[in-house]
This record gives sequence, structure tokens and C-alpha cells, in this order.
Amino acid sequence: MGCNRREFLKIAGLSTLLGAGGNAAFELLRPGALEASEFVEGKRSLEAGRWSMVIDMRKCLGERNCTKCMDACHETHNVPDFGNRKDEVKWIWKEPFENTFPDQENEFQTEELEGKPFVVLCNHCEHPPCVRVCPTQATFKRKKDGLVMMDYHRCIGCRFCMAACPYGSRSFNWRIPRTAHNLQQHRNPEYPTRTKGVVEKCTFCDERLAVGLGPKCVEACDEKALIFGDLDDPKSVVREIIRNNYSIRRKPELGTNPSVFYLI
Amino acid sequence: MYDAGKIIIGLIVFLGFATFPIWHDGGKAVSAPEPEITAYAKKIGHCVEPEKWMRANHMQLLDHWRDAAVREDKRVYVSSTGEEYDISLQNTCLRCHSNKEKFCDRCHQFAGVHELYCWDCHLESKEMKKWAATDESF
Repeated sequence: MGCNRREFLKIAGLSTLLGAGGNAAFELLRPGALEASEFVEGKRSLEAGRWSMVIDMRKCLGERNCTKCMDACHETHNVPDFGNRKDEVKWIWKEPFENTFPDQENEFQTEELEGKPFVVLCNHCEHPPCVRVCPTQATFKRKKDGLVMMDYHRCIGCRFCMAACPYGSRSFNWRIPRTAHNLQQHRNPEYPTRTKGVVEKCTFCDERLAVGLGPKCVEACDEKALIFGDLDDPKSVVREIIRNNYSIRRKPELGTNPSVFYLI
Repeated sequence: MYDAGKIIIGLIVFLGFATFPIWHDGGKAVSAPEPEITAYAKKIGHCVEPEKWMRANHMQLLDHWRDAAVREDKRVYVSSTGEEYDISLQNTCLRCHSNKEKFCDRCHQFAGVHELYCWDCHLESKEMKKWAATDESF
């Protein structure tokens, strides 16, 4: 059977099209993928446009040595404690008022605020500088709810993010976390540890949000000083509180638009 | 040819040595170690995907699971058989395969896949072994 150039090209084009749409190409491009399987979000997952937190420092008992939120968080997330500042890893911690809000440069301050320990954590900024500088996108902003996330699998430990974060919310693992005395004694078996050479930080408990629970620190605070909610929803608890109380945020002049609000 | 006898004998001895692996192990393959299935896994009776597929493709599955959970927050896997599983190495995979040494390490050792650093972070802890031991607690 003869076939001229025109017919040959027609047949070749058609078979390429069929081939590209067919199962063969699918297998070629994504080997091992099962066509019937899929990934879905958990049914219990909590949804929001932009997760945020209000910290009511009028209720916080931090100055009376309360560390319930920090202990609960660090225990849940297997955060190592090496007992020295150099190797310190922290997700949520205390910082004196003057260091929390260095832009509040009042020469004289109320006695109540002077040196008062403030609870600080990752601000989950709308424009996170850490994300901008990360060369591997190991830290990224989750589109659906604005969480600034960490993908430890991708972190190469360059610490650009630590230099970029104006809040000191990120810690580097200088040592093997599992060798810390607290992790030697007790580990939360349901959460991983990190490895030496990665940067870690608070993730607003993304793993708990996925199963319908709020952040652990919020749950742990008996004074209800930590309030968590959706900043995009005008009817949410956080928006209600911010509407009725004067709130301040850490270094808003930098344009990061932090999502953690403080009532003082 | 001078010293033909010595040379020929030498050649025969050399060939004998050189071909030793062929006639000693000829046609026989070293058997791959079998992963050990825990009693709990046997009770469940099936993995997230068919066993044969898992053997060949578990590494891709784990990669997809990781990306889906961490980067897209899709934490439920609907398998090709329509069943739903929570995406978690520690809490789903290891619940059945709590015997990492005899399930993962054995084959990886055999296949020369040593560079995995899963367990630098993910816990393969005593607690998990306890879960597997107390089957009834689920």
C-alpha cells in the first residue's frame, strides 16, 4: 500500500495525539501512579482565609512564671531543650515588652508594662520575609489559609530565613535534636522530631488544624489569654476582639503585616 | 613456544580463578530477604495499595504522600480500592509496619539503599512498638 508524504504526516500527527492522551504517556510521565487514587483534605480540617491569633496580655500570667503554653507546645512538637542559649530552639517563648515592641520608644513607661514578659511566636505574616529569601521554598506561605509553613524535607539549613525574620521566630538545629535531655526522656510519638541542620518554627499547629483542633498553646492556656481565629471573617472571635479592643502588632512598619495581635 | 607446559597450566589455573564466580554461583541468584509482616498487619490483611504495587512503587507513594500532606495540606489518601487513609508515615505506615528493622531496613540493606534519612526526624519509637503489641487497643 502506497502512502504519500501528506497522508504519512496526517497519520503520524493523529497517532501522536492519541498517544499523548493515552495511558501509555501517562505511565511514561508519572511512573507508578495509580489512576484511581487521589488526595483529599480531611473532613475534620478547620478552614480559614487567614489564621490569626490575639494575645491578651492583660490576662497572661507570664510574669508569674506561667509557661503552660510554651511547655504544651514544645512537648507536643518534640522541641529539643539543650539547656543553653546558644543551642536554643523555640517555637513560643517570652520576651520583655521593650524587646517585643522596640518601636514603642517611650522614654517612660507604665510600671505595668516595664519589663513585662510578652508571649511571642511566629507572626504568620501576610508578607513573610522568610519565604521571600528561602532558596528552596522549604518555607512557604500556604495559599488557602495564610500559614507560614515549614517543609523540613527541603530545608538545606542556609539560615537566610533566620536573618530575614524580624521577630527571631526561627531556630536552627545546631545539634541532633534527639540528643537533648528532654527528648531522651519523653517524645510525642505522633509528631516527628527535626534533624540536625534544619530551621524550625511555630506552624500554628497545622497538624492539629487538619484534624479539627486549635493550636496547642491556645488549648493549654487556662486564662484564655490566647485566642485563635479567622482574620478574614468579620464575624470571627478575633475580629470581634480586635474591633472592641485597641491592639498592637510587632514591627508593623516593616510591612510584613503580622497576624498576631496583642492587647495591652 | 618455550615452556609451553607451564604456560598452559598457568593459563588453566588463571581461567579457573577468573571464572570462579560463574561456575560457583552459576545460575543461582542470592535470595532477597523477605520483609516480615507483623501480626497486626496480618490482621488488617491489606496495605493501602495492592502488595505487588507497593513493593515496586512505595517510594513514589511516600514522595506523593509527603508533598500532598506538607505542601498542599491534603492529608487523606483515597486508594485505588476506594479506601481512605490518613497520610502519615509515623501514624499510618508504622502502625502496621512497626518492625522497621525487619520490614524496611532488611531490603534496603540488600538493595543498597542506605541514604534514606526518614528516621532522622520521623520517630520509630518504643511507643509505636507498644501500639503494635497491644492489637486490641484500636
